[in-house]
Amino acid sequence: MQYDVIIVGGGIIAAALAESLALAGASVLVLEAQNAGAGVSAAGMGHLVVLDDNPAELALARDGLERWQRRRAVLPAGAEYRECGTLWLARDGEELAEAERKQARNRTLGLDCKLLGRAALYAAEPNLAPGFAGGLLRPDEAVLYPPAACSWLLANAQALGARLLEHCPVAELAEGGVRCADGREFRARAVVLAAGTASPELLPGLPLKPRKGQLAITERYPDLVRHQLVELGYIKRAHAATGDSVAFNVQPRATGQILIGSSRENEDTGAELNWPLLGEMLELAGSMLPALRQCRILRAWTGLRPATPDGLPLLGPVPGRTGLWLATGHEGLGITTALSSAALLAAQILGRKPELDPAPYWPQRFHQLSGSALHA
Amino acid sequence: MPEAVIAELPIRLNGETVRVPAGITVAAALALAGQQALRLSVKGAPRGPLCGMGVCFECRVTIDGRRHERACQRLVADQMEILTHD
Amino acid sequence: MTEARFELIVLGAGPAGLAAAKAAADSGREVLVLDDNPLPGGQIWRGGPDQAPNARARAAFSALQHPRIAYRPGARLFAAPGPGTLLVELPEGGCRLGYGQLILATGARERFLPFPGWTLPGVFGLGGLQALAKGGYPVAGKRIVLAGTGPLLLAVADTLKARGARVLLLAEQAPLGRVARFAAGLVRHPAKLAQAVALKSRLLGIPYRCSSHVLEASGRERLERLRLSWGGEEGFIDCDYLGCAFGLLPNTETGQLLGCTLAAGAVAVDDYQQTSRPGVYAAGEACGIGGVDKAQIEGRIAGLAAAGRPEEARRLFPARAHARDFADRLAEAFRLEPALLRLARPDTLICRCEDVPLQALQSCSSWREAKLLTRCGMGACQGRTCGPMAETLLGFEPRGSRPPLQPVSLETLVSALSPTDPR
Repeated sequence: MQYDVIIVGGGIIAAALAESLALAGASVLVLEAQNAGAGVSAAGMGHLVVLDDNPAELALARDGLERWQRRRAVLPAGAEYRECGTLWLARDGEELAEAERKQARNRTLGLDCKLLGRAALYAAEPNLAPGFAGGLLRPDEAVLYPPAACSWLLANAQALGARLLEHCPVAELAEGGVRCADGREFRARAVVLAAGTASPELLPGLPLKPRKGQLAITERYPDLVRHQLVELGYIKRAHAATGDSVAFNVQPRATGQILIGSSRENEDTGAELNWPLLGEMLELAGSMLPALRQCRILRAWTGLRPATPDGLPLLGPVPGRTGLWLATGHEGLGITTALSSAALLAAQILGRKPELDPAPYWPQRFHQLSGSALHA
Repeated sequence: MPEAVIAELPIRLNGETVRVPAGITVAAALALAGQQALRLSVKGAPRGPLCGMGVCFECRVTIDGRRHERACQRLVADQMEILTHD
Repeated sequence: MTEARFELIVLGAGPAGLAAAKAAADSGREVLVLDDNPLPGGQIWRGGPDQAPNARARAAFSALQHPRIAYRPGARLFAAPGPGTLLVELPEGGCRLGYGQLILATGARERFLPFPGWTLPGVFGLGGLQALAKGGYPVAGKRIVLAGTGPLLLAVADTLKARGARVLLLAEQAPLGRVARFAAGLVRHPAKLAQAVALKSRLLGIPYRCSSHVLEASGRERLERLRLSWGGEEGFIDCDYLGCAFGLLPNTETGQLLGCTLAAGAVAVDDYQQTSRPGVYAAGEACGIGGVDKAQIEGRIAGLAAAGRPEEARRLFPARAHARDFADRLAEAFRLEPALLRLARPDTLICRCEDVPLQALQSCSSWREAKLLTRCGMGACQGRTCGPMAETLLGFEPRGSRPPLQPVSLETLVSALSPTDPR
């Protein structure tokens, strides 16, 4: 049969897009190479956060967060949505001044936030190491468990008639459809490549690079941490470093477990843990939150985030390839922006006017993708 | 047959001092004190030791402030502080 | 942190590990034996030298006095971050150990299968209850039912009876015909036959029923009553404890961590007990369930081979073949009856760490999906208990768990990874 849209990939971006399209009445086929929601979506923290350093990123993240907030009441319990807020930690006067600037910017944008002095900070997070100057709380940010959220979105899409095929890797993006590794061919008016870090395998030349990160999770220690804790130095560390870097980024899970991040590697793209870097990351976490030192680490793992050179996703048509669209390159913001990215792209595929300006995310902003066609 | 003299030592169990034979496991000491269930499962059901050899993690208790210690794999020690259902 | 390097590290201080260490040390190697239990002996000789049940165990423990053998109890291997390196949690903190060669003698654990009520306090593993009793767990005067399969059933009854337990019933799942053929076959293994006869005579008066297994455990907050099937009939027994398991499973996680190939659920080895990784050997239950004779002989072979004495190792091959013949007879006689796979109800828990019932797993298509959507296998035991059950009952294929191999404190992990102290 002929579908309206085939989505290649079964992560949270694909799932949200499938739901958006199915809601609009489109016939949708989702082709996932392995298990839905088990790739990039399962590797990250599930932190719904709005970063304010880039207007286009902010617009998409903000819209995404608001969409999750509007749907929190209908999310299944397994999605573990918790509005724990993000608490940005200032280690010294310089970082506190940055917190104040951040507060001023957020206020201008209408984003709720609260500056915490030293006493208020320790009242909010009693287990923090001594010596912090204060913090900035973004109270309406949240965390969720992406595999369950992804599964829910796909179930919604399927209830609206979408079809999901798992363990069905796509071998080739053909004209007007796809050819699967098992030889099956499916046809559609539009094909969306939403395969995360695997996207360049189907479209060589994509300006997309896997960026490796590591996370660790503890056994259950309820109440040790109350907010998603991020150091204000995070952006500094993550962006300043050209090589490998670690940052303090800790999250209370609904189970009482503590999820500990984060790290970035630019060269290594293997699935193996980088033990020395893991040690650095955990040492930093233990220095910020001394009670963590006695906590038992249950698992540590790596994930590959699909990163673009400018940090914005690739959302829009592939120039020169009729009916081929991209929905990938979200790096670490795919969970936050899943619903907004889906709404933005679905509107364009369906020929409707999107709520956000789509231009900043169009793939054609990269010279590799402008003008001449990419050949699969 | 003369009874062997068994050395005893004091431990603190949920805040109370009890004397238990030296050389036994924490799981054994807890059972001697009448505590067969050592923790509640994530959905609130009582659980006690199962595998007895450190594999199943059902006998987790807090020992000297450290949570999630396996009671079957630790021997009692003088003044050890043990909390169950923590 | 501390850092040290050894020519040979043996993981496990049970019969295989002790035999391997002694054979290698007698050949001039410096050996470190690491064991995660507080006392040596593995499971069969749990409790250490003070509780050694016989001369053979005492002789085996003497290896720990060897001048070239160092022994660390309470040592938990948690990672192998690179070739020749292990990260270990010792009671005093984290430590990085280098090795030239490695012998895995990681033993076995019990196979569990779910049945209604199996999570009640008072329901133990079969060997589990024996291990607990050896650690001082009170059994005197307790009314105990033991259910399981194979010689372990008798050995556990013997241990418990000696400690004053009232063993009410031994429920052997295998049918009488297979048990009888196994017993008759013991004439090829006269030492085993003598042991069995002695054991049986000590257990006179305790009913031993074949084709018998537990159907359900019940009670308020703890075990009070069992419903059993014996020889096709059903009945109830009131009791305090149940010791129940469904055979043994090789502990392969360490082998998987090191990248060793598995075969039939055990670490695969060649004639010299070497795994698919050069310089890494395995011996005993980890490379196939077979009991103490097989474990000791394989341990000796591994120790000699690692010490560069293949000729001497080769001389032990016939004895190993004999021990493996016994293992094959065991496996055949006490293979699990299919009825045991159908005891769980939809709401019976499979994953005890995360309280995941069978019905939640039945809608999943793979182990990965089950982990992600039900949390099965994501808890503290890292799937060691539920993984094999999901494999047996649902056909899932659990792969090795993510590191660390055992939950380890953050400070231990950090200290084991930090640069060496210059002192």
